[in-house]
Amino acid sequence: MKEVVILSGKGGTGKTSLVGSFAALARSAVLADCDVDAADLHLLLNPSVKETLDFWSGQVAVIDNEKCTHCELCQEVCRFDAIHDFRVDSVSCEGCGFCYQVCPAEAISIRECLSGRWFVSDTKYGSLVHARLGVAQENSGKLVALVRQKARQIAEKQGLDYIISDGPPGIGCPVISSLTNANLALLVTEPTLSGMHDLDRVLGVCRHFGVPAAVCINKFDLNDDNTRQIESYCLEQGVAVVSRIPFDNIFTEALAHEQPVVEYAQSEITSTIRSLWQYITHALEEERR
Amino acid sequence: MIISIASGKGGTGKTLVATSLALALRDRDRVQLVDCDVEEPNAHIFIKPAISYSEAVSIPVPVVAEDKCSYCGKCAEVCAYNAIAVIGRRVLVFPELCHGCGACSYLCPEKAISEHGKEIGVIETGRSGGMAFAHGRLAVGEAMAPPIIRDVKSQINNNGTVIVDVPPGTSCPVVESVKDSDFCLLVTEPTPFGLNDLALAVEMVRALDIPCGVVLNRAGEGDSQIEEYCRKERIPVMLRIPLDTDIARLYSGGITLVDGMPQWREGFVRLFNQIEEMVHERSRDTER
Repeated sequence: MKEVVILSGKGGTGKTSLVGSFAALARSAVLADCDVDAADLHLLLNPSVKETLDFWSGQVAVIDNEKCTHCELCQEVCRFDAIHDFRVDSVSCEGCGFCYQVCPAEAISIRECLSGRWFVSDTKYGSLVHARLGVAQENSGKLVALVRQKARQIAEKQGLDYIISDGPPGIGCPVISSLTNANLALLVTEPTLSGMHDLDRVLGVCRHFGVPAAVCINKFDLNDDNTRQIESYCLEQGVAVVSRIPFDNIFTEALAHEQPVVEYAQSEITSTIRSLWQYITHALEEERR
Repeated sequence: MIISIASGKGGTGKTLVATSLALALRDRDRVQLVDCDVEEPNAHIFIKPAISYSEAVSIPVPVVAEDKCSYCGKCAEVCAYNAIAVIGRRVLVFPELCHGCGACSYLCPEKAISEHGKEIGVIETGRSGGMAFAHGRLAVGEAMAPPIIRDVKSQINNNGTVIVDVPPGTSCPVVESVKDSDFCLLVTEPTPFGLNDLALAVEMVRALDIPCGVVLNRAGEGDSQIEEYCRKERIPVMLRIPLDTDIARLYSGGITLVDGMPQWREGFVRLFNQIEEMVHERSRDTER
């Protein structure tokens, strides 16, 4: 079983739209939505939720005012500026427990927080593992790891060939958690200076963690000069540009109908995406050998 | 006054709005543009600041002097992040898991743990045509954006107007960027993704008790669902930017909307006036 993760650095380049189409094209895959703090893939796949699980993670300190002697030691040691006037600001608290360890009056306790939920769903294309991180919560990386682990278990149990992961934007903790040990990263970029800048950084992360990458240029005809620059950049970096998708309102239309674009319309775009998916399966098969 | 520009969904136009709003105001106010998207900072591409100051951001990670260590395991016991482990007569430190809280070194009974700074990124400040600028950059391969965001925000000089460009999402880096704002503008697009993530972003600003308004980017078909949501939630739609390939092309070349289409300047000034009014009204309400 092989896993492809779709990343981009910059948000809004078309990751989820493509993953929705891959889901429809793949015959034997589990889908994982690793963008746990703004998950959207479910909007294209119309899932029916089979299993809902709590995500307990992250801790916050709580001060018992009855026991507190106002010695201020907790405020002194806290490096996250989370304790003021003997009260813990749960948004700033990183749950390190330093205050709990040092409090001479034993007035501080550490509580686990319910940081989100995650789901195992059926869709007409196969199982989908997705999640919803509680608003303003930490540990998105840990939740991503759970989602991927569950997707892997399902794929193993059902003897499926592929896991297709929809990754989050950026290059930080949840991206790293989505990427580590994946077999291939498909980087979706666009010919904008921002898209190019961000591609360079996310490609750096792939290299750092030793995951092979391939590039797809979405909306390639928006700026021909930039597209050429991306192509020569990729050549320099030894990374293949495996697909060029034109700017087409059909993506938005399909989205408005909450359908993967390959299901919504038969057009040139459909065959472009189909070839891209073929490339991915070939690349993953190569990897197997 | 601090105005943050957030969105939930990525690629809806946060940087487009942040840069144009800042540029539209710079003739009348003291303006500072602060890019808190330290994972993928893009504002500098548009405003091309001359960087005059740069500083490495590091977090303190433990270093164990094994000659003093008694392998008692206290450090591993107190670490909430499993960033330090004692296995037999060896102490292993995992710097990428460390949050730099300092508990291990403080609580080590042998005083065997010191801290040294591990570089995780950089912050830079500068100016662009009369406007102050600050941003940060997380080093590739590093996971923790919040310490860099905190350092970028320490550069805020709140005696004029501060525009904060926020990373996408709703989790810790976003909260770190948005908190302490007087107002949060949420940029969305008229698609089911845009609407879904707008609702998450609204939940986030409400949890922080920050007033908000919406900018509808790529407006056109599908607007009615966003408008209906905003009406129901009593959130004003304060600016509409139409779906327009000319605007997308300007953006692709790193040109701000107000530079490429100066007729937009007035719209952004009006947007600011509306925000200012809402913020003042709210502070009058709280005084009462």
